[in-house]
Amino acid sequence: MTDAVTKAESLGDLPVEDKIGMRITPFTMNFGPQHPAAHGVLRLVMEMDGEIVDRCDPHIGLLHRGTEKLIEYKTYLQAVPYFDRLDYVSPMCEEHAFALGVETLLKITPPPRAQYIRVLFSELTRILNHLLNVTTFALDLGATTPPMWGFEERERGMEFYERVSGARMHANYFRPGGVHADMPAGLADDIYSWIDHLPSVIDDLESLLSENRIFKQRTVDVGNVSRQDALALGFTGPMLRASGVAWDLRKAQPYDVYDQMEFDIPVGLTGDCYARYLVRIEEMRQSIRIMRQCLDKMPDGPIKVDDRKVSPPPRAEMKRNMESLIHHFKLYTEGYHVPAGETYTAVESPKGEFGVYLVSDGSNKPYRCHIHAAGFAHLQAMDFMSKGYMLADAVAIIGSLDIVFGEIDR
Amino acid sequence: MSLSANPEFIEAVNAALQADVLASVVEHGQLIVTVPAARIVPVLTCLRDGPQFLFEQLIDVCGVDYPERAQRFEVVYTLLSVSLNHRVRVKVATDEDTPVPSVVEVYPSANWFERETWDLYGVFFSDHPDLRRILTDYGFDGHPLRKDFPLTGYVELRYDPDQRRVVYEPVKLTQDFRTFDFASPWEAITDIQLPGDEKATKPPYWEKPI
Repeated sequence: MTDAVTKAESLGDLPVEDKIGMRITPFTMNFGPQHPAAHGVLRLVMEMDGEIVDRCDPHIGLLHRGTEKLIEYKTYLQAVPYFDRLDYVSPMCEEHAFALGVETLLKITPPPRAQYIRVLFSELTRILNHLLNVTTFALDLGATTPPMWGFEERERGMEFYERVSGARMHANYFRPGGVHADMPAGLADDIYSWIDHLPSVIDDLESLLSENRIFKQRTVDVGNVSRQDALALGFTGPMLRASGVAWDLRKAQPYDVYDQMEFDIPVGLTGDCYARYLVRIEEMRQSIRIMRQCLDKMPDGPIKVDDRKVSPPPRAEMKRNMESLIHHFKLYTEGYHVPAGETYTAVESPKGEFGVYLVSDGSNKPYRCHIHAAGFAHLQAMDFMSKGYMLADAVAIIGSLDIVFGEIDR
Repeated sequence: MSLSANPEFIEAVNAALQADVLASVVEHGQLIVTVPAARIVPVLTCLRDGPQFLFEQLIDVCGVDYPERAQRFEVVYTLLSVSLNHRVRVKVATDEDTPVPSVVEVYPSANWFERETWDLYGVFFSDHPDLRRILTDYGFDGHPLRKDFPLTGYVELRYDPDQRRVVYEPVKLTQDFRTFDFASPWEAITDIQLPGDEKATKPPYWEKPI
């Protein structure tokens, strides 16, 4: 079979004869862009040797909206909602990267309570993201029950999003300098009781999948990536950890109050689809730990910086005080001017390293805002990972990559 | 916040790259090294293999456009060392015509990043195995992230029920494209002559020039 493959490559699309004299043509297959297992608008052009994937060429950009260009024409505050729409499965983590980047340029630090709230909601986001990924991954492999169970909890989690920001998904909650509003009364208690109940749900999911014979047949030893390859291919996040690299930006380069949190980094041993699944499951348990610590330690106090040139005044004050009114008007029309400079700020988003490269020219709009999406590097390795596997394994590999086209296509 | 680059590390980078370093600055604790475009492959190889650097990962490659410069494009390489936990940004400058050597041989992850930079900025990478467009549409014309490319683009598409296909048409704006100039007149305009304001700079009549 391998001989036929090499001959087919050298002869292009011409029919070739293999050892037993059969005439075969490399079969080019189009996968997507409208395919339920493609997790969005992914088009794969695959060259097949029978059932075996010979070459896989992902065509992306079908969801390209020009976010980076649009941000260059928006003020820093107006740019925040665009980050929700990048990776729409983990919106708050994307906002977090942008907020940290702008704070670096402005040289401001949000007050402690804001930092705790941001870490709390980043971890909530991680759980919601992994609940979606792990369960739809199982759905791709033919299991229909996990999404039913997982999405129920996901919906509860998104209710917390709604209570804190007013929106289930596109939260627009983290702002440079803190968060938009304080948590409403009673929310902390409800989150507390939710995370008390969540481990049992994760146990249930595991009871469905972890030792499931069909699930393991489809994932174990599929899409193996060694440690060296994972590093060279630019993998980050759970993809890198599943290949045995203990690397997490929350530990290595902590931002906000992650340095005060106690949690473990799960590391996979095999680097296959099953290891990635196990890493994500364990990350959810660790996120619960972090959330509990956040709720226990969260101090009282302001939730955004007390600098009226950056953060808007409270609404009541704005109605009574002339100066506050001016500040409000200036901030919501002109926005704040950010000192010239550049920074690359990265956070550990649920998918991997999400980085924002911000260049400011001193005006109220970013001169350049490059967005580094983890999924971009992961999908790039699709050809490497699926070569030599069966077509059905390609579906399993896509599911384990945890790709979302909002962030890849930007 | 990300870790700040420590002085010994900065020292080591400058010492190892000596002749290739055009500029080396630390901004917000992040080390930025500018090198000549032609030397990018040996520089990145050195940073990857040097035991004091061990930059195993190329996290990102992106372009920045400065139309007023002679070499208008900057290509920014972001490297990460997982084992030593530090980052560095390497920058090269180029223009529309000068190709930048591709670093796919050094870091396989550069493949799509360079394709993206080519697509959005038109920076050409020589020896790239597969330099196709990646994010824009099939058959797209132009490089949309250049500063001289309009935000609205040049074409828009719609489904034409008569031809039963999607057709491209020139962009029709129902209202003028609006950008507001927020440069404060009190800070920015100091050296231009405002109409009706000539008296402010004209010498008074009693100081007639002789």
